[in-house]
Amino acid sequence: MSPAAFFVVAALAVTSALGVVLNRNPVHAACALVAHLFLLAVFFVGLDAQLVGVLQVIVYAGAVVVLFLFVIMLLNLQAEVRSTAGPALVFAAAAGVVTFAVLIVAALRGRTAGADAALGTGYGETRELARVLFTRYALPFELTSLLLLVAIVGAVVLARKKG
Amino acid sequence: MAPLDWYLWLSALLFSVGVFGVLSRRNVIVIFMAIEIMLNAVNLAFVAIARHQGSMDGQVIVFFVMTVAAAEAAVGLAIIIAMFRNRETTNADELASLRW
Repeated sequence: MSPAAFFVVAALAVTSALGVVLNRNPVHAACALVAHLFLLAVFFVGLDAQLVGVLQVIVYAGAVVVLFLFVIMLLNLQAEVRSTAGPALVFAAAAGVVTFAVLIVAALRGRTAGADAALGTGYGETRELARVLFTRYALPFELTSLLLLVAIVGAVVLARKKG
Repeated sequence: MAPLDWYLWLSALLFSVGVFGVLSRRNVIVIFMAIEIMLNAVNLAFVAIARHQGSMDGQVIVFFVMTVAAAEAAVGLAIIIAMFRNRETTNADELASLRW
């Protein structure tokens, strides 16, 4: 991804993330979240992670956010009447700034930014991802199916009407 | 090609926006969305570092993070529906008690 394209997409991604966080109406926040997830998918494709980018669009933008929108509409949520203000808002902003500072110090302190490693043939292709997934990560992959089964059963049990 | 550091800065910035959202919002569903932003910021760092090191492992981990996030969203939203049914609110300030 060229530097110019990086800055354009990064600015849009930060803007849409702020749109999720600052929008009072939950439906608008969910729409901003869709835009944010699409922009991250652009980054993934630019970083030679095509399958991850496609999955991002299908799973996140397609399934998870639709689930959010269904729940928002099911509960008929309105815009927040009373938003956080005063000391609580200052505390939240300060916590955000401190988190950013700690992450930057932790990630970049004393690091020598070497050149990107040479990519093997087929890097980022579905075939290569599947090969790693079904060899080295075969056990976690199988455990994932168990996790999803538990999540399905748990969600049905929790959301079921009593009686 | 944008260097790795830029991606790490962006990832840290997006994660901080998510932290701010979790702390500043009162609607539990919007808090949930802010958590999704944080998860995606970490995914971006994983993919960028995987690209930098020329290894596929980071992309596989993003795959697992997505699965866990999907399961978390399903169960979390079911919990929110159950809470709404009992308390008629999704305001985090009014949902302070664990049982009622």
